[in-house]
Amino acid sequence: METASTSYGLMAEFEKPEDLLDATRRTFSTGYRKIDAYSPMPIHGLAQALGFEQTRLPFLVFAGGVIGAIVGYGLCYWVSVLAYPLNVGGRPLHSGPAFIPVTFEITILFAALAAVFGMIIANGLPMPYHPVFNVPGFSRASQDRFFLCIEAEDPQFDRDGTRRFLESLNPHEVSEIDR
Amino acid sequence: MSEAARKTPYQPPTEELGPGQSSYESMTDKISSIVLTTRTPLSWFFGFAVGFLVLHGFLAGVGYLLYEGTGIWGLNNPVGWGFAIINFVWWIGIGHAGTLISAILLLFRQKWRTSINRAAEAMTIFAVLCAAQFPLIHTGRPWLAAYWLLPYPNSMGIWPQFRSPLIWDVFAVSTYLTVSLLFWYVGLIPDLASFRDRAKNRIAQLAYGFAALGWRGSAIHWERYEMASLLLAGLSTPLVLSVHTIVSFDFSIGIIPGWHATIFPPYFVAGAIYAGFAMVLTLMIPLRRLYGLDDFITQRHLNNMAKIMLTSGLIVGYGYLMEKIMAWYSANPYEMFMMDNRMGGPYGSYYWALILCNIVVPQLLWIKKLRINPLVLFVVAMFINVGMWLERFIIVVTSLHRDFMPSSWDMYHGSFWDWVTYIGTIGMFIALFFMFIRGLPMISIHEVRTLLPIGRKKD
Repeated sequence: METASTSYGLMAEFEKPEDLLDATRRTFSTGYRKIDAYSPMPIHGLAQALGFEQTRLPFLVFAGGVIGAIVGYGLCYWVSVLAYPLNVGGRPLHSGPAFIPVTFEITILFAALAAVFGMIIANGLPMPYHPVFNVPGFSRASQDRFFLCIEAEDPQFDRDGTRRFLESLNPHEVSEIDR
Repeated sequence: MSEAARKTPYQPPTEELGPGQSSYESMTDKISSIVLTTRTPLSWFFGFAVGFLVLHGFLAGVGYLLYEGTGIWGLNNPVGWGFAIINFVWWIGIGHAGTLISAILLLFRQKWRTSINRAAEAMTIFAVLCAAQFPLIHTGRPWLAAYWLLPYPNSMGIWPQFRSPLIWDVFAVSTYLTVSLLFWYVGLIPDLASFRDRAKNRIAQLAYGFAALGWRGSAIHWERYEMASLLLAGLSTPLVLSVHTIVSFDFSIGIIPGWHATIFPPYFVAGAIYAGFAMVLTLMIPLRRLYGLDDFITQRHLNNMAKIMLTSGLIVGYGYLMEKIMAWYSANPYEMFMMDNRMGGPYGSYYWALILCNIVVPQLLWIKKLRINPLVLFVVAMFINVGMWLERFIIVVTSLHRDFMPSSWDMYHGSFWDWVTYIGTIGMFIALFFMFIRGLPMISIHEVRTLLPIGRKKD
């Protein structure tokens, strides 16, 4: 309990994406669950190795699209039929086909906004401060190094035992993360 | 051996990365050193200064327009549409290549797109910004445009006309600009984090750090990030096709001979891709030379872009052919007259110049050796840039200047202020692009990292 208040966890640094993937799989199978991996580019299968099932972003984007379609068509309908009915060359006030382009554009707009803001919010960004940035050399996580973190909150976390475990994974370095 | 070598057909270049790029470190170094340096090449200052100076033509043109009104332009009756819509369609078409590269080629899993998509997307945004100036200023009184373009509750209780393609255009272009900006920014986030971590200067650290939103490269974040990119690509693909389709509706919904044709949407979309790739090459070829990016923009990229250009150019050529055939087949005297007048009338020289630029010259790209020759490609791309502008001029002007009633026939020429305003937007485009290459990573660093064999996804 004492360690949890002063330390965020332990961070192991690797040189190759394969090493990180391997280490993550072993960490997960050892029973650690409060873990995260950091890399300069997406690595296929790494999120699954961390126990992450599937992102629900597609459902959010679909919902955004459906709302956009309703808003788009509703806007055209409300303006053309209810708010400002205007006879243009005898065309019906409710000119369905002519409302489709605007409906389509608003559908795409809302779905795209849902995709971008959904991703940013689900990722907990913007986050100006995070303890992992205190790790010496973590700036290379955005360049050419690969990191695995076991958080102190993990029930299995034990400062010395976990450090020994991480060192057994053959990392470049293991360091303590200050809060 | 030698016989086998002789029989082996010519192999187009297949490399996505040149030999100089073999590690994450070297790639990050190369791309970030263009921005994170105190030494700016003299050629950058020169390019930016040219763009910035020419931009003032636009400011002067718009300033005088707001003072005097659209009378300063060459518009007349019957040619009520002139440079404003020609330039709008030209610029918006150019923008389409960026989205094609970043979205459609992503869906088709074309790995080679990774090193050109960032700059092409930036080009899209700047081209759409240039395009958007013309609908804003085309009435000469932009502050009045708000209530007939945008549905907002105004004190007169007037709302836009949703049956008009001009309103569809407003929605299409503003959605396109918004989604392109978002897609571009999402792509930038991890690279901004790389810059944040590499910057030595405190202000640069803060600026890039602020823009990077605290990105730390967590695998779970990457998972959502990749899903968001994929979904955005899937959304941008129909969007980009819809934008130029709707732009073509501006014409084809009207019952003017030469405009009222069902071929317009696909023909305009192909023309947009054609113009866009020409502009991408116009920008990338000098940039590649200037910053020594041969390892990222390899011969394979040039070859592929030239092929796409050739293909879309042939579709455009088919469009020209069909315009003639449909005019003849319709047996409609107005349509037939329009086509004869277009080809042999007072603007006939413009028409044949267009055929030369868009159809004849690009046939050089059938030759493999020329497709990978940067100089030839640059010249061909320049011809296409001019040709696509001429195409829009021909479509707008030749259909209007010979009205249904011969007594109203007239000629149209851009006035001095038309030209100043148009060329001014080219300056704006150049200035914006130079600012982009100096301040942001012009190649998507996190995506080119995945091109390295050791970083390849295991399937």
